[in-house]
Amino acid sequence: MTLKVLAIDDSRTIRELLRVAMEGAGFAYSSACDGVEGVARFSEVVPDVVITDINMPNMDGYGVIEAIRGGDLESKVPILVLTTESGDKLKARARAAGATGWIVKPFDDAALISVVRRVTGAA
Amino acid sequence: MMSNPILDTFFEETEELLESLAEGLAAMQSGNHEAEILNSVFRAVHSIKGGAGAFKMTELVGFAHHFETVLDAVRSNALDLNPAIMHTLTRSADFLSNLVEAARSGASISQDVTAGFLAALQQCFGEKQIESVDAWDNFEFAAITLDLNAPPEASIGGDASNAFTITFRPHAALYANGHEPALLIAALADLGAVTTRFAPDSLADWEDFDPTEPRLCWLIDLQSDESETQVQEVFEFVQSICDLTITPVSPHQPADSKVAPDTRTLTGAAPILVTEPIGQPIQPTAKAEAKADDAAGNKGPKATLRVDLERVDRLINTVGELIINQAMIAQRFADMTETTDDDLVIHIENYRLLARDIQEGVMAIRAQPVKSLFQRMSRIVREAADATGKSAELITIGEGTEVDKTVVERLADPLTHMVRNSVDHGLESPEARRAAGKPETGVIRLSASHRSGSVFITVKDDGAGLNRPKILDIAKKKGLIAQDADLSDSEIDGLLFLPGFSTAETVSNLSGRGVGLDVVRNSVAALGGRVSIASIPGQGTEFTITLPLTLAVMDGMVVTVAGDTLVVPITSIIETIRPQPGDLHRIGTDDMLLSIRGRMIPVVDVARSLGFVSKSDKSVAPLLLLVESETLGECALVVDAVQDQRQVVIKSLESNFGTVQGVSAATVLGDGRIALILDPEAIAANRMGSQVPNANFTPIHGRSAHATF
Repeated sequence: MTLKVLAIDDSRTIRELLRVAMEGAGFAYSSACDGVEGVARFSEVVPDVVITDINMPNMDGYGVIEAIRGGDLESKVPILVLTTESGDKLKARARAAGATGWIVKPFDDAALISVVRRVTGAA
Repeated sequence: MMSNPILDTFFEETEELLESLAEGLAAMQSGNHEAEILNSVFRAVHSIKGGAGAFKMTELVGFAHHFETVLDAVRSNALDLNPAIMHTLTRSADFLSNLVEAARSGASISQDVTAGFLAALQQCFGEKQIESVDAWDNFEFAAITLDLNAPPEASIGGDASNAFTITFRPHAALYANGHEPALLIAALADLGAVTTRFAPDSLADWEDFDPTEPRLCWLIDLQSDESETQVQEVFEFVQSICDLTITPVSPHQPADSKVAPDTRTLTGAAPILVTEPIGQPIQPTAKAEAKADDAAGNKGPKATLRVDLERVDRLINTVGELIINQAMIAQRFADMTETTDDDLVIHIENYRLLARDIQEGVMAIRAQPVKSLFQRMSRIVREAADATGKSAELITIGEGTEVDKTVVERLADPLTHMVRNSVDHGLESPEARRAAGKPETGVIRLSASHRSGSVFITVKDDGAGLNRPKILDIAKKKGLIAQDADLSDSEIDGLLFLPGFSTAETVSNLSGRGVGLDVVRNSVAALGGRVSIASIPGQGTEFTITLPLTLAVMDGMVVTVAGDTLVVPITSIIETIRPQPGDLHRIGTDDMLLSIRGRMIPVVDVARSLGFVSKSDKSVAPLLLLVESETLGECALVVDAVQDQRQVVIKSLESNFGTVQGVSAATVLGDGRIALILDPEAIAANRMGSQVPNANFTPIHGRSAHATF
């Protein structure tokens, strides 16, 4: 079964980069351009893994994680956070919010794919 | 990388981000400190940094990073937004767009310049060191060393292979965050041979068993060639949400061989699932019951659709055909004088209205607000003011005015020049302003508006006004006009547009650059528009650019010349004249002058100009069109008759055929005939070409200059 990836990022560039990487790896890719749209798409797509940016308009990445982990969704789907800093504080905060892991921008495709595989167990 | 479409996306997006950055900063400057504005400014820089990182634009990333740090501090109130910091922020935004431009063009920006801007950013923090803002330092991933309470790393001479014992006890949060221990163990198995078993206390007594509490603890032996860092990386995401110890041991020596009750071996990439712990929330089936619409709400951004420009242009072209088709039907119908079918009349009229609606709708797709263009000008004003030691403020009016996309693009250069010009030449120095009783900060007012089918863009300064005696002096010195020429104020103002006027003497290093207002006028004329000047001494100068609303359709006068049908743009026609005998004066064998209201105006025989006839055989012109030419002032075009006045769809000749002197484009008339659209400018210039540029020519700029504001 094809792994479904939902990416949430307000940057078109990043969304495109993720699309190329994810589709290249044979995953099904969907994306959203802000937190609110992301959460809405989550219900439609029912992804196997979520990749989300932190700094976004209309609900940031932490809000996305909370909405997916809590509320009506209550999902345990792996959520990867995209971050430009690898600062411990940010990681700790993402983890406390319920993120499964993180990807430090700039990412290279291989590393990204391996992280996605790592948290989903996808072949 | 040059042909990378994602790179194109990046630059395209960055352009938008820079715009929203400028917009946000402008709002902040005018005192709006709402959190959402600060956030959007921060996000813009942040997104640029993120994208740039993907393309390894290190300079850009580095600068954006520092910029972002300052913005973050402002956002979190760690820094007060004082005028000095505001200034640094706007300058940094300018520099950021320079860096983007450099990245796009492959140019390099000197390290010193970058260092200067970085220092300015750093200075925002003053003495205060910015420990609080994490992110200055570690930009690269650094593995975190665990406190292992462990013996030092086993070093085995000559043998590359390492061994580790790992205890791994997940907390509830690990499962809650969507982790799956089996996947982690599988990842370890990628590093080498793995043996797992459960720690003895993994299973609780039946009475104490709480299915919601995690119980399992794995003891893992790993034989691997990889370093301890690699092993730790597997657990990178789960640190602090599990108990983990990684202990290096001597390889080939089974660690802790006392108990091995529940051993499974995982080798290579065969991630056999370890016994699933009871009651654990493993892979969830994400039952998404929440209706998407509820969550999405209505507050998302206004929906837009990105469309390839080519498609829009194709559509516009087709609609142009539709308009022509409609005109043909209407014409055919009008020719059938017998018709009395009222219904048909109504249908045809409706068709015309609908076609017009469609056309307007399609044109609106290409229309863009001048906002982005105007915003760029605030930077120009800033830079020009800095460079000349003046203080200037830009006020924009009518940013929402929509203009054809091409116009917006092609207006950037002339407008930049005019704005620079206004700061450089228009505004006085702060001292002079104070002496004149004006506020030290000069005001440049940039406005856009729609009026009667045209777009007006004005650049107005509140400076000293044009120094007419000086302009006159320069023009005489440069031989642009006769030494004894006696010109009206508006004629003097018009001199500024003469080629060769703007050079050295008047020019500072800023607006100089060898580009004069004549270039501005030409670029505007190329868009079918014109520029005019008005100035009041002591109060300022105003430049007005008048442009057609669209480049695809125009109002034209359909005329007959030597049996051929031609179209003359209405915008350039001042009046039509049926000359009386005696109004025309022959000069030499071929040339004529028209005397009108006490002035002499050159007469151009269109038929001869276009080569329809070899020699003008008329002693009296039947009809004259008084047109305004940007370079030569007024002149009169000879035509045989006026047929009609109507909207015509402009069809490029250049792209379909080639450039024809004196003709700007072609169109298809209602009866299906093709007609050429005249370029009065070129016709006039062509006619005057042989005799113009010398000291005796007095330009006539009657209409292109107003004497008052």
